[in-house]
Amino acid sequence: MPIPERRLILRHADEPGYSPDIGSYLKHGGYDALRKALASSPDAIATEVKASGLRGRGGAGFSCGLKWSFIPKNNTKPVYLICNADESEPGTFKDRQIIHKDPHQLLEGMAITAYAIGSRLAYIYIRGEFPEGARILERAIAEARAASFLGKDILGSGFGLDIHVHRGAGAYICGEETGLIESLEGKRPYPRIKPPYFPAVLGLYMCPTVVNNVETLCNVKHIVGMGGAEYARLGRPNNTGTRILCVSGDVRRPGYYEFEVGAVTIGQLIHDVCGGVRDGNRLKAIIPGGSSAKVLRAGDTFAIRRRKADGTVEAISLGLEDIPLDFDSLADAGSMAGSGGIIVMDHTRDMVEALANINEFYAHESCGQCTPCREGSLWMKKITARMLSGRGRASDPDLLASVANNIAGRTICAFGEACAWPTQSFVEKFRDEFDARATAPAKEVPRAA
Amino acid sequence: MKLPADFTARADEIIARYPASARSATLPLLHLWQETFGFVSGQGVEWIGARLGLEPIRILELVTFYPMFRQAPIGRRHIRVCRTLSCALAGARDLYAELCRRTGAAGDAHGPVTSPDGEYTIEFVECLASCGTAPVAMIGDRLIESANTPDNIEACLGKGD
Ligand SMILES: Cc1cc2nc3c(=O)[nH]c(=O)nc-3n(C[C@H](O)[C@H](O)[C@H](O)COP(=O)(O)O)c2cc1C
Ligand code: SF4
Ligand code: FES
Repeated sequence: MPIPERRLILRHADEPGYSPDIGSYLKHGGYDALRKALASSPDAIATEVKASGLRGRGGAGFSCGLKWSFIPKNNTKPVYLICNADESEPGTFKDRQIIHKDPHQLLEGMAITAYAIGSRLAYIYIRGEFPEGARILERAIAEARAASFLGKDILGSGFGLDIHVHRGAGAYICGEETGLIESLEGKRPYPRIKPPYFPAVLGLYMCPTVVNNVETLCNVKHIVGMGGAEYARLGRPNNTGTRILCVSGDVRRPGYYEFEVGAVTIGQLIHDVCGGVRDGNRLKAIIPGGSSAKVLRAGDTFAIRRRKADGTVEAISLGLEDIPLDFDSLADAGSMAGSGGIIVMDHTRDMVEALANINEFYAHESCGQCTPCREGSLWMKKITARMLSGRGRASDPDLLASVANNIAGRTICAFGEACAWPTQSFVEKFRDEFDARATAPAKEVPRAA
Repeated sequence: MKLPADFTARADEIIARYPASARSATLPLLHLWQETFGFVSGQGVEWIGARLGLEPIRILELVTFYPMFRQAPIGRRHIRVCRTLSCALAGARDLYAELCRRTGAAGDAHGPVTSPDGEYTIEFVECLASCGTAPVAMIGDRLIESANTPDNIEACLGKGD
């Protein structure tokens, strides 16, 4: 039975006749939420966003309202808003849809956010490989300016905001918010150490800065539109709203789907929404939140806590396919909801090859500041590569785990965890395959992954 | 190389977007230079540095860090093939090998390889954020979804343009 989507952010994106220009947006109630926001106070907006329970859609799932509240109250410096449109986490392709199909929704979310946090200058940091997306945003900004939704005095409210598009140039680490800020300052994107460099206090140009993901900022528009309490009724307690799930890999109908958070389980998503595993194959594993998230193995059972509406918590034991796709359940399962990118692998897949592919990504993308990350990511790549080429050693699975364990928790930024988690989880959960491959000759067939 | 007539004006328009620090304009100016001339030359590094009042090394260190910038010209058709997991599962390696075979370019790793006739530059890149339509490629600025179908391989190679 197909499960109907609950589209909030992508509500109009794929409607026939809907286009990214401002006329189309205005016909669908566009910028009404901005008008409503400007008629109330910045604090009132922030209160609504807190009440909504919105958690960041970029990866960490941090409370959006709380993040905004970290801007010092006695601040006298300019405040900056940055939209993180770097979308580089492997498996993730939702921000691209929003930018290409409904750019004004993002601009409206940004204008409201800027009003709430007191920012008069904002940047959209968009990955360099989205040249068309950058042009669409530039055009949308010009349209919004001409219609007084951006500029010196928005709709005669006295509040002004300029937004500029800033293109990256192919480095994944620019998605990490402090790396992004360094990049936007015109430097190499070396992430900053926290503390003290929390963006809300010492961000862009050492001024208070809020960095939010594209999808997060779009949600702000809907929160203002419907009210924080109403928004909080979507999804589950502590996991509110809708979420765009990006499904790729071995399913019949890969793609992006939007549901209330936790409304579908992993099994429902794969079978009912995506048409099942391809070619009638069996499910072997999924990576639930972008390639940095720990892999989950089919056939395992997981202890998941379920928070009930009355606030009490019950613990239940669930198989992989019965886990609801929400922040807390995936954390309980030992992984994370991350960026919403779900990569499905069937029983024909070789887990050593899959990890080798992932390790190559992280070795290529480490910024190189921290020794454990720079050296460790390269080692992990070399070890999985040699296992594939028939030059592995029996001790390699242990060595892989040991290298990964020496990265996580010992680096400046969370890339350290992001590159260690795949290796830690793949080796732990598919130990037999790694042991067998460590001493096996190279495969004859060309590598699939 | 001679600058186009409006180049300085466009550069200054970019710099104006960063009132707090002109240095922020480095990345966009590098994009502008590369889009205009095809790659970032020593002259480009010097020019941007001078325009922003920065030592040339502050520009060069970005050119050498960011994968999208190059210091030498490439082929007329730039084909980027995603090599990351979802695309790999969908056959990115075979796609890359086929494109190399058809153009005569020799490559097997990161980094651009150019066909002997100088026409094509093929490059493995990381996740292009279109994993649901894997395997994907980019031809210049254009995304090609399901790039391994026969028609789309032809599109990658520019047949029918
Ligand atoms: C290595 C790394 C890469 C990241 N890449 C992205 C990205 O591409 N897009 C994104 O929105 N957040 C990314 N993040 C998360 C950001 O650091 C930041 O938490 C996020 O943009 C905050 O927005 P949110 O609170 O709205 O989720 C990344 C984090 C790390 C550690
Ligand atoms: S953990 Fe890795 S990516 Fe992050 S700052 Fe250190 S070296 Fe750079
Ligand atoms: S893995 Fe190729 S587009 Fe994401």
